[in-house]
Amino acid sequence: MMHFMLLFSRQGKLRLQKWYVAHPEKTRKKITRELVTTILSRKPKMCSFLEWRDLKVVYKRYASLYFCCAIEQQDNELLTLEIIHRYVELLDKYFGSVCELDIIFNFEKAYFILDELLLGGEVQETSKKNVLKAIAAQDLLQEEETPQGFFEDHGLG
Amino acid sequence: MALKKVKGNLERIFDKNLTDLVRGLRNNKDNESKYIAQCIEEIKVELRQDNAAVKANAVTKLAYLQMVGYDITWAGFNVIEVMSSPKFTHKRIGYLAASQSFHADLEMLMLTTNMIRKDLSSQNQYEAGVALSALSCFVSPDLARDLSNDIMTLLSSTKPYLRKKGVLMLYKIFLKYPDALRPAFPRLKEKLEDPDPGVQSAAVNVICELARKNPKNYLGLAPVFFKLMTTSTNNWMLIKIIKLFGALTPLEPRLGKKLIEPLTNLIHSTSAMSLLYECINTVIAVLISISTGMPNHNASIELCVQKLRILIEDSDQNLKYLGLLAMSKILTTHPKSVQAHKDLIMRCLDDKDESIRLRALDLLYGMVGKKNLMEIVKKLMVHMEKAEGTTYRDELLLKIIQICSQNNYQHITNFEWYISVLVELSRVEGLSHGSMVASQMLDVAVRVHAIRPFAVEQMSLLLENPYAIFGMALGSGRPPSMIQVLYAAAWICGEYCTFLSNPKKTLLGMLDSRMVQLPHNIQSVYLQNCLKILAHLLPSQSKGSPVTANLLTNGTEDGESDDQPDQNVDEQEHSAVEPDKVNLAEIQDFLKPFISSEELEVQERAGCLNNFIKCYVKLESKGQIDDISELSEELANAFSSELNPVAVKAQKKVPVPEGLDLDAWINDPPSDSEEETTETTDVFVKTHTAADFGSTLTEKKKVPEPTEEELGKVCLDTFYIV
Repeated sequence: MMHFMLLFSRQGKLRLQKWYVAHPEKTRKKITRELVTTILSRKPKMCSFLEWRDLKVVYKRYASLYFCCAIEQQDNELLTLEIIHRYVELLDKYFGSVCELDIIFNFEKAYFILDELLLGGEVQETSKKNVLKAIAAQDLLQEEETPQGFFEDHGLG
Repeated sequence: MALKKVKGNLERIFDKNLTDLVRGLRNNKDNESKYIAQCIEEIKVELRQDNAAVKANAVTKLAYLQMVGYDITWAGFNVIEVMSSPKFTHKRIGYLAASQSFHADLEMLMLTTNMIRKDLSSQNQYEAGVALSALSCFVSPDLARDLSNDIMTLLSSTKPYLRKKGVLMLYKIFLKYPDALRPAFPRLKEKLEDPDPGVQSAAVNVICELARKNPKNYLGLAPVFFKLMTTSTNNWMLIKIIKLFGALTPLEPRLGKKLIEPLTNLIHSTSAMSLLYECINTVIAVLISISTGMPNHNASIELCVQKLRILIEDSDQNLKYLGLLAMSKILTTHPKSVQAHKDLIMRCLDDKDESIRLRALDLLYGMVGKKNLMEIVKKLMVHMEKAEGTTYRDELLLKIIQICSQNNYQHITNFEWYISVLVELSRVEGLSHGSMVASQMLDVAVRVHAIRPFAVEQMSLLLENPYAIFGMALGSGRPPSMIQVLYAAAWICGEYCTFLSNPKKTLLGMLDSRMVQLPHNIQSVYLQNCLKILAHLLPSQSKGSPVTANLLTNGTEDGESDDQPDQNVDEQEHSAVEPDKVNLAEIQDFLKPFISSEELEVQERAGCLNNFIKCYVKLESKGQIDDISELSEELANAFSSELNPVAVKAQKKVPVPEGLDLDAWINDPPSDSEEETTETTDVFVKTHTAADFGSTLTEKKKVPEPTEEELGKVCLDTFYIV
């Protein structure tokens, strides 16, 4: 089971944090800070796995973003790399050649896509097509709601 | 009234939406906290409005702030409000904020129960979907208990999307509320044959995770999974199933035997690295659990090792790392198969990646033998010089000592070489395991008699020139850890002082005035060993001219270790000049800074030594030669027997004296005031029933009250701490 996933830039700014095990805010901050410094200090040629506390951490850099997941001791590291790659592919398909700015300004969409890929730290859907289909359907729901809502919301309907 | 409304609307137009917030943050990098504080104030105002859309906007911004790293738990009620909105857009964002910020201890979680229940049974499958995704992040035991039935209902939904999410959610429910497992399990099992592959995958996933925690209960499902494994082509699912089998085989060896064939087939045929890796790991686990006697054991191990070699040779660092990791698992049970690939592992030692070097180091442990030990250690020492990080150097040091000392120094053929390695190690800067090196030196010197002369020679060099090795760090506030080797050096020289070539010089080194800067434990050892050397030197010194003549001709043979390198003018007049004779008065001078040390142990030992010398000098000045020689003989005898190493299990071998029953109570057992119930940490085991508690309660009452007589006994017993 995955315990958490973090996305952060090369300067250490968080772009996404998804926790599958609930921790109080202070603990999360501590963990994040520690892990970010550790990973940023690793050299480019080093392998993508490291032992950290009682978990294993798998990370990969895509352009300017680091994708970092913490998994349990018995989990398969190569599989986690696959999951990260799958997520990046999904983001790419959705945003069309995704870049860090897309994730910054549309952070909630990044979360929604992740929520269709993983649930409770386990893989939910392995087919890219199905994930994108679900997201598209939900986006449609949102679009259908908005025009009606606008005038009502502002007391002009 | 209308005006108020219009005014309100106008204000709302100026509300920041998410994009504005993000842009604003990026433009205010210098005064970020101020900007954010301002935004939070605005958000608080927005949250007080009646308008749902405004609130939803505010919560979106809050979710963003949470992601950046700010705490938003104060807005819990507002998040719940937005979650309960009928509009999907708002609901979605509300649940997102909840999954980010809620955690199991939050009291307001109870407020969400009914809302989640309603959403789970919604017509819109996506509403149920977002509820499930969020719930999985913050489910608490109470929520799990209350909602487990609703989630089980989802398992029979007509929509595969919901069935899939429901199955995965069940796992989280089981983790928090184990009682839900028993009633849910049959339904879960059904899902293994669900027509939709996604749902089937999810069910396999959940059962595999459950089985890893408690394999016994899932042994019965093995045939089902076997069929799935041989028929499925979905790699994700295969990996989970194989991992499951890895957990089951220790309980059922026959299963292991059946598995070897399909697993080896997979290893041969698959091109997916992750699947290959999982198969190899499971094969290793299976073969470890099958005890003996399978003829195709070796073939399978060979196959695994071959494939691992391919992994390690790959240029991809990740594969190398995992290959080495798996090799070390094989090493514990089949060392010979791994030894064949020694060359490859030695090459990995030179890799640029530190993690890989460390893994290769771990493997070395099982691969050294008498012939290659020196070569390997030499290589490791070379590495140590080139190494950048101190952690890596420390690892290397630990490794060197580990491989040399394993199995009682089984592989060392030349102990002199080992001592010189240890001395060389003590010269390396920046290492932190000084006491380990010191204890190795001691260990070798004590156990290997033949090595003692050489060891003493090396150690005395250390004692005489500590500054050459440790430099100015000697006197600094934080001396290097390696300085502990001086501890070993002093002890070895003192204990085996018969081998010292120039005891007086060694003594001089130990009592040098700069030695007060050393750590206190080292000073204490120094002083004690000065006494030993003194004990060694005095008897011959006190016997008068024949010995002194000897000393003249033979130089410093068994020079008494009394520290007195100085030529005492008086002594020169009394007896024939022996430049090496110990000058006791001078020793006393040297002892002065030690006597006034602030550390008790140092002070005490220096004081003892000083007083002993005083006695000796007094006797000497009175001319009582007989008494002096007796005194020095006694002292020498005190240190004459050899100290042998004590085996770890020695205490167990001491026979218990007859009539002593170690298990009987000395006094009557105390009555417990409270029973502590120990619950097992097994998640899926049935908890204690009330009946269990009942019996323990009645047991308690049966403990007899201590009689008056016994109470009297209790007070008299001085060791009874009431």
